[in-house]
Amino acid sequence: MTTDRRTAVPPGADLPDHPSFLWPNPDPAKSYDVVIVGGGGHGLATAYYLAKVHGITNVAVLDKGWLAGGNMARNTTIIRSNYLWDESSGIYEHSLKLWENLEAELDYPILFDQRGVLNLAHSLQDVRDSVRRVNANRLNGIDAEWVDADGVQELCPIVNVSPDVRYPVLGATYQPRAGIAKHDYVAWGYARAAAAMGVDLIQNCEVTGIDTVGGRVRGVRTTRGRVAAGKVALCAAGHSSVLAAMAGLRLPVQSHPLQALVSELLEPVHPTVVMSNAVHVYVSQAHKGELVMGAGIDSYNGYGQRGSFHIIERQMAAALELFPIFARAHLLRTWAGIVDVSPDASPIVGLTPIDGLYLNCGWGTGGFKATPGLGDCFAHTVAKDKPHQFNEPFTLERFTTGALVDEHGAAAVAH
Amino acid sequence: MQLISCPWCGPREEVEFHYGGQAHVAYPDDPAALSDEDWARFVFFRDNPSGPFAERWSHAAGCRRWFNAIRDTRSHELLDVYRMDEAQPARTGTS
Repeated sequence: MTTDRRTAVPPGADLPDHPSFLWPNPDPAKSYDVVIVGGGGHGLATAYYLAKVHGITNVAVLDKGWLAGGNMARNTTIIRSNYLWDESSGIYEHSLKLWENLEAELDYPILFDQRGVLNLAHSLQDVRDSVRRVNANRLNGIDAEWVDADGVQELCPIVNVSPDVRYPVLGATYQPRAGIAKHDYVAWGYARAAAAMGVDLIQNCEVTGIDTVGGRVRGVRTTRGRVAAGKVALCAAGHSSVLAAMAGLRLPVQSHPLQALVSELLEPVHPTVVMSNAVHVYVSQAHKGELVMGAGIDSYNGYGQRGSFHIIERQMAAALELFPIFARAHLLRTWAGIVDVSPDASPIVGLTPIDGLYLNCGWGTGGFKATPGLGDCFAHTVAKDKPHQFNEPFTLERFTTGALVDEHGAAAVAH
Repeated sequence: MQLISCPWCGPREEVEFHYGGQAHVAYPDDPAALSDEDWARFVFFRDNPSGPFAERWSHAAGCRRWFNAIRDTRSHELLDVYRMDEAQPARTGTS
């Protein structure tokens, strides 16, 4: 495959044509050095950095469906790094820096657009927490500023900053380098580049068992036969508990539906990304023109990739209070992904008690933004059998030692 | 909207209910004897099956009583509801 595919209009941008031939569609081989379970953004990025940085190319990415058809196709594509704690700043900012160079790195257009993100504050406590987070971000070298209600209106004129609403906008944190990207192109870019370096991307291949001998992983059983593996890396998001249980491993995550929706295509009206924890909505406008809105998780555990309608109703009510001009927009589509929520709203990335089995889960509602950073750090973890400095704090053991990374404030309604 | 059958009030809309996570997680008999690993398991680790799941619900906007349910997490279908003082129905088995 040539690497000179970069064009002004990315393959697939002129929908409904789908770029069918960006990577081959091989059958699984008998054995691999590394098997990655889950062909979403994280799995594909991990495969890419394993090959690119560590020269490990005898790698298979297995997906039970088609590549990037799970949460990678369902997220609201928000990218930012304005988390509170040093541990989170490390990995999310590492990721954002990789995003900034990713088009060139992959030689593929991903429509990465640093249009900035506003995280609104609606109460005095919100204001205090937000200002604290801005200060913490700046100490970590992350661009962040506090803007008052007038500043919010200047950055995003369609936000209703009237004091005469149930949850008035008192101000916001603003991260100018934050933004959005085209999630499908990100997956395709990674898949294409990984495949070109020799990684096997195997679709319609569900893992049904993980074989271990004497505390060491030996391979996986799949719907397309047994595949031996020196190392197995789990990148299965909402299905992580089910997979880990195959190796006798119990995880402190709960899988919930997370819903999102889009309007029909509209003229550009929304220049940035707006998130509000208090009224439970986050909104941006995709390049094509649809308004993309995300909700909070449904409260109950669920694997059904759909949620309850009253969550959507509440999310729309919140959106209308913030953006009265959306009142005449039509809802086009709603859907849900399954997110694996951890107790401290931070991911779990690293080694497991089973030799050769590596864990990447617990990203909950915010895994998309971490795609490049996680891929780089997780590939390092798998290649070196030792965590990268940026995922070292995010061990499974922290739930025993108590060294939690509590990001409920910065993660909040959703990432 | 999904209807949930409260064992006390009968079928009501889902918005009246509050979710309580996995059912039948007993408080440790002898908390002082627990190791850090045991505490971690009790505080942070819960079952997360894809399939039937025994869980707690509260009829928060109704009788305000807690009860248990067996719900299939794939379809969200409620297979059984039962009072807190009733044993987990045998036919579903898993939780």
